[in-house]
Amino acid sequence: MNFSEERAQSWRADLRSAKKAKERTDIPRVHMPELDPEYRSHTRVEEVNLGLTPEMAMLEAQRCIDCAKPTCMDGCPVSIYIPKFVKQIEIGDFLGAAKTLKETSALPAVCGRVCPQEKQCEAQCIHTKMKKEAVAIGHLERFAADFERESGNISIPEVATPNGIKIAVVGSGPAGLSFAGDMAKMGYDVTVFEALHEIGGVLKYGIPEFRLPNAIVDVEIENLRSMGVQFITNCIIGKTITIEELKEEGFRGVFVASGAGLPRFMNIKGENLVGVMSSNEYLTRVNLMDAANPESDTPVLPGKNVAVIGGGNTAMDSVRTARRLGAERAMIVYRRSEEEMPARIEEVKHAKEEGIEFMTLRNPVKYIGNEYGRVTHMVLQVMELGEPDASGRRSPVEVPGKTELLEVDEVVVSVGVSPNPLIPQSVAGLEVTKWGTVVVNNDTMQTAIPMIFAGGDIVRGGATVILAMGDGRKAAAAMDEWIKANN
Amino acid sequence: MNKIISKEYFSDNVVKFEVEAPLIAKSRKAGHFVMVKVGEKGERIPLTIADANVQKGTITLVVQKMGVSSTKLCALNEGDFITDMVGPLGKATHIENFGTVVCACGGVGTAPMLPIAAALKNAGNKVISVIAARTKDLIILEEQMRQYADEVIVMTDDGSYGTKGLVTNGVELVINREKVDLCITIGPAIMMKFVSLLTKKYEIPTLASLNTIMVDGTGMCGACRVSVGGKTKFVCVDGPEFDAHQVDFDEMLMRLSGYKDIERQEMEKMECASGARK
Ligand SMILES: Cc1cc2nc3c(=O)[nH]c(=O)nc-3n(C[C@H](O)[C@H](O)[C@H](O)COP(=O)(O)OP(=O)(O)OC[C@H]3O[C@@H](n4cnc5c(N)ncnc54)[C@H](O)[C@@H]3O)c2cc1C
Ligand code: FES
Repeated sequence: MNFSEERAQSWRADLRSAKKAKERTDIPRVHMPELDPEYRSHTRVEEVNLGLTPEMAMLEAQRCIDCAKPTCMDGCPVSIYIPKFVKQIEIGDFLGAAKTLKETSALPAVCGRVCPQEKQCEAQCIHTKMKKEAVAIGHLERFAADFERESGNISIPEVATPNGIKIAVVGSGPAGLSFAGDMAKMGYDVTVFEALHEIGGVLKYGIPEFRLPNAIVDVEIENLRSMGVQFITNCIIGKTITIEELKEEGFRGVFVASGAGLPRFMNIKGENLVGVMSSNEYLTRVNLMDAANPESDTPVLPGKNVAVIGGGNTAMDSVRTARRLGAERAMIVYRRSEEEMPARIEEVKHAKEEGIEFMTLRNPVKYIGNEYGRVTHMVLQVMELGEPDASGRRSPVEVPGKTELLEVDEVVVSVGVSPNPLIPQSVAGLEVTKWGTVVVNNDTMQTAIPMIFAGGDIVRGGATVILAMGDGRKAAAAMDEWIKANN
Repeated sequence: MNKIISKEYFSDNVVKFEVEAPLIAKSRKAGHFVMVKVGEKGERIPLTIADANVQKGTITLVVQKMGVSSTKLCALNEGDFITDMVGPLGKATHIENFGTVVCACGGVGTAPMLPIAAALKNAGNKVISVIAARTKDLIILEEQMRQYADEVIVMTDDGSYGTKGLVTNGVELVINREKVDLCITIGPAIMMKFVSLLTKKYEIPTLASLNTIMVDGTGMCGACRVSVGGKTKFVCVDGPEFDAHQVDFDEMLMRLSGYKDIERQEMEKMECASGARK
């Protein structure tokens, strides 16, 4: 059945005629229930968003007018069948909605929480063209996925008869997990190799518990296990075992999903002082190593005046973590204005409610330390927005001679990541760009070495969960075809 | 999970473990290290691989009780399991026939030096090892070192064994006696700093194996960064060995002390807890 045939089905048609479009668009957008900002800025792990109730979700679903041309789907990198799942929620078929989501998305409970919906599906929602707030597609996605999980009725996808063909996955982030799931469904014998001691990639070591609880990721991992996917932690491909050795052991295909784990620094004076660290270090200590838990052996420096450099999701996660760990002043230092910030709008909103200070149009030029080498101050260059550049973005330029001195005892540098160099360095013949990303055929995700496919941040540089997941699914379909064609 | 096959005390504070790790045993080379974590809430700490046995599928680690994590590791016994271990990490030592090489080791630094000395000897070098420690009991692996080195010079701060003096005195003695083509040093950062200053004076190429703080050990966090020749490097992936004359040891020492206060509190907590149990 294609989309228009599905839309023409009687239940959808009846639902559309049950309520006028005007009545639907007049319903105000739902507000996600949240923990109180003051309370949550002192609690380390409780999730901020509490989730919609079934009543809220069904009312919100009514706002969708079930357009003939659902532009929202164009905004979704994996083309989730949005109107269908929303309408299923409207009629109370929550498990059906979850099933619809899973047809295209391997990780709906995750994406419902971390996707930049305001730039994707919700940006294309018809409501926005009418100057109204978009249907809360992300909240609804999360609702359906959570409902299914909490109901205990998780549908484990059917797995084809095992074909005995061994496939290796390098890295267990969203790209690797979604690839593994699809390949297992097709009957392949899938093993995921992970360098760290935990499975989940950025979902575990990067994104904090208050935004994406580990338990949610663990459910997805358990599902994969029950589909026969094997996980081997503490195993670095290219170091512990090489791809060559995997081949000798009978692996017929390798999917490289090793992420963009290499932190960037700004190479300014004082950046190696004690107390200055990358967001990867800060978040890894707190999330992966649970450093703020007194039971944990891993330390994290307590900061009273914490500055986080950058304006992306990683910066927001770091600054909100610092606040939760007791920072009196937790500050974002960003060289452009708030409008240009790449972070999800919801994170910026949450951060502000939690008392995060936003020092925009400021760029650090050096750090100053005390006699013990611990950072005490930073010098900020004041910026202003210049003329739009070729891309149409107004780039920041220095205001000559205007600097500020800021007292800090901890600085988290969150100015981006580069692709993990381990695999590109260890596999001869792999084509790599000057940024260190692996070159693939965009339709198949196949690399210059036929048996090796790649996807996620190792191909895109730091991107998003949904794109990584989409790559994994695309690569699985293409690898299956390639293996069949080469049998 | 990696099983401990044997445990041996070199001294009260220094323990040698043989650990099951067949894949690492097969792929490791001299200079490589592993990251080890003890317990679910344990810390990831780097340990150099002192030796490996491919047939048995084991690697050897030599651990000095320093802080919470190394103390917890040293409390494990034969038959126990190390919760997590990953490797081999870092770049292997570049081995060729340099001529005469002086290996300057301090304290437990002798353990990671052992496979390097062996590889150097194999490549045809004349190997002279200077092994130094505060006092006699802390001199480890002397016999094993003698198997590979053409000469072993023992130095103790208090003169209780070998020659009284610092590692640098031993190195200088060799330099004044014969032509040295390369010096490799492994030990406490402060010791490596002085070895480096010494060999710089004599313009002898020197490598130092750096032991910075690490979190992941795979290049992901930058906790291990050092300045080498004015550029920031990650010890876990760009090292652990660097041209000692280019290393900013003062910055490294400063960064090493960054977590000292927290570490001390944790040690006190642990000692209190074990005291309470007794
Ligand atoms: C703090 C933070 C917040 C973010 N917030 C959002 C958000 O809100 N929304 C969003 O869409 N995106 C967000 N992102 C980006 C998103 O997380 C990434 O784009 C996504 O995780 C990439 O997935 P991946 O599978 O390619 O790689 P990763 O998730 O990075 O996983 C790669 C895994 O491979 C492992 N690995 C690497 N090399 C090897 C090897 N040689 N052998 C074995 N294993 C290896 C790594 O240890 C890692 O576990 C955020 C990122 C960070 C850091
Ligand atoms: S220890 Fe994390 S990058 Fe070296």
